[in-house]
Amino acid sequence: MLTAIYAILFYLATICLIGGLGIRIYQFANTPAPLKIPTTPAPKTRLGVGFRMFREVVFFQTLFNSNKWIWLFGVMFHLGLLLVVLRHLRYFTEPVWFWVELIQPFGIYAGFAMLAGLAGLLLRRIILAAIRYISAPSDYLMLILLMLIGASGFAMKYAVHTDIVAVKKFFLGLILFDWQPLPADMPLLVHLTLVALLMIIFPFSKLLHAPGIFFSPSLNQVDNAREKRHIVAWAADLEK
Amino acid sequence: MSEEIRSSTRTNDADHASDMDSFVDPLEMADLAPGCMSEMHSFEAAPEHQQKLGFPGELVDDWHDKAVAKMGDLVSKYKSLRVFLDSCVKCGACADKCHYGMGTGDPKNMPVARQDLFRSVYRRYYTTAGKYFPALVGARDLTTEVLDEWYSYFHQCSQCRRCSVYCPYGIDTAEISMAAREILDTIGRGQKYCNEIIGKVHELGNNLGLPEKAMRATLEDFEEDLEDETGLEIKLPLDVKGADILLVTPSADFFAEPHIDGLLGYAKVFHEAGASWTLSTTASEAANFGMFIGSYENMRKVSLRVRKAAEELGVKRIIFGECGHAWRVAYSFLNTLAGPFDFLDSNYPVPQHICEYTWDLVERGIIKFDKSKNDEYRLTFHDSCNVARGSGMGDKPGDQFEIPRNILKATCNNYFDMQENTIRKETVCCGGGGGLLTDDLLDLRKKGASPRMKALSNAREEHGVTHMAAICAICKSQFAKVMPGYDFEIDSILSVHQMVSNAIIMTGATNPDEDEEDDG
Repeated sequence: MLTAIYAILFYLATICLIGGLGIRIYQFANTPAPLKIPTTPAPKTRLGVGFRMFREVVFFQTLFNSNKWIWLFGVMFHLGLLLVVLRHLRYFTEPVWFWVELIQPFGIYAGFAMLAGLAGLLLRRIILAAIRYISAPSDYLMLILLMLIGASGFAMKYAVHTDIVAVKKFFLGLILFDWQPLPADMPLLVHLTLVALLMIIFPFSKLLHAPGIFFSPSLNQVDNAREKRHIVAWAADLEK
Repeated sequence: MSEEIRSSTRTNDADHASDMDSFVDPLEMADLAPGCMSEMHSFEAAPEHQQKLGFPGELVDDWHDKAVAKMGDLVSKYKSLRVFLDSCVKCGACADKCHYGMGTGDPKNMPVARQDLFRSVYRRYYTTAGKYFPALVGARDLTTEVLDEWYSYFHQCSQCRRCSVYCPYGIDTAEISMAAREILDTIGRGQKYCNEIIGKVHELGNNLGLPEKAMRATLEDFEEDLEDETGLEIKLPLDVKGADILLVTPSADFFAEPHIDGLLGYAKVFHEAGASWTLSTTASEAANFGMFIGSYENMRKVSLRVRKAAEELGVKRIIFGECGHAWRVAYSFLNTLAGPFDFLDSNYPVPQHICEYTWDLVERGIIKFDKSKNDEYRLTFHDSCNVARGSGMGDKPGDQFEIPRNILKATCNNYFDMQENTIRKETVCCGGGGGLLTDDLLDLRKKGASPRMKALSNAREEHGVTHMAAICAICKSQFAKVMPGYDFEIDSILSVHQMVSNAIIMTGATNPDEDEEDDG
């Protein structure tokens, strides 16, 4: 019963995440940008835009220039999350890839960094009047959700040990559509429920900034309006 | 903290010596004072001004549905809008970056909060989360109160894009304020200042409603002035068919100070270069307020005048005079709105900025300066927002900062930059851009100008700066208004080409040593 519930939950969450993100990305990609609006100075070539995007996505360059604290907490969280997610690949692959083995110990530190980063962001949101002013309940809840995911993960590692071999069998079973029993440990169930919840709300929330940044015209456009005429279909129709 | 700012904005000459107290942080946020600017309400457009632009004269009965529908329409037509509305994480990196936020302390003048006035409605009607859990995600119905708030706060944004420079996703509040104004126009609540002016451009060719006769007379006056000054027949040609260059310049250049001195500077440059050029009556205005109201159609219509004038006059090149937002439209949008310009000489960029033109002549040694003519000035340069963050010049990114500075440094001996994080791409807006240069918003304009004025005051303390040059008609008018409040003379704001005009060595000039002590 428990296994079936979680199996179905994860299938649904996966469909929701991939389907929802797919639809959003399709919308982002297919909405026309009628005017050239790169925030200048901007690169004059596609390659230059590639570098600009790379610096933004990998180093959060702009954020570094605008606010060191948000940058620090943001990097701790995102980089931490990245390593943690990569570390979790070992639950979905058999045999476990070499490099996934290699990063296992770092994944733990990354988990702490992630939690610390999230705590920093939450504290800013609570303490600073300006940030409190712009925060909706969902802004706090999102941070709390992520923190609970991290905390429940650590609970399994350090407090109530879970049979992770069985967990791995469960997930490999999900992938092969050959369901295997899921251990009924509370921290695990909390962890998995929250992760599924996160996957479900991802496409409906501000987490859309993840795909959104790649479609941001002020960042991804080439500054060549004088050299090359830029015109979209609905604007061209006005010329008829 | 904010009291300290307010009391120290006026620097006291008596104790200006070396104590650091007289240096204020120009970018310090005023204390948060929710709602303190909510009463700021720019005059609304009269029915006739609305109708001229194809908008309903007054608030339509089904405004709610129409506004929501228009919002959906815009979101489907503008990638910027859709991505920006969905992507903000409320990190707050922009919260202290808006000059209106810094100057007023009203939290709704923080870029993210300004966007949220719009985003909250978008979420309510166009997102699953907002439809089913409005309180959770801060979504709200579009009510008359919300509409009033939109009208007020989207006319407290100069669309200067400073926030977009600091947003990790490049979210540009200008895009959102343009969309909000477009929706307001569509349901019959346009702004008087912008819409009345756009109507005049459509009718008469310029923002001022200056008819051809008056323009011709003005130009002849200028020609006489130039002849008195130099002994040369320096022309300001109007509607000359077959000229090489069409100059499109803000109409303020024909009547306002220090704009006129800039126009005289262009004329001298063209004369010295031996260029064949002309102004046009039908395109006697570089400004394009269609951008301010976010209306592609109006912006296009205003832009097409320039194309039509160029075609009718048979020119080979188009050059724009000193005007910030006009240069953004010209550099970034003109090719889209009114191109392709394949009937022009392809050896030159279309269009070109007067500073690009002048600097090229300087580099090639065709025009020369006597810098000592500007020795009375200790000069700095204000980067105008639309030039800095919405356009370019030359062939390298950032040339829009270097070319005007190069010109100034070539024309005067005493040039100093202001504080680093208030210039170039981080420049703080003059406070009067984006359709806010109207006296009904004067209080806002003064507060919005305070970061720039503090930075300028600091430069006065540090380098003895006396004057500031700019390449934007709006900046010049705005600073002429706010500078006296900071113990600067009203004529402390200069045109870049005014400095050119003062220092350029005119071949064959009969009385080149005449001093222009008071060129007001």
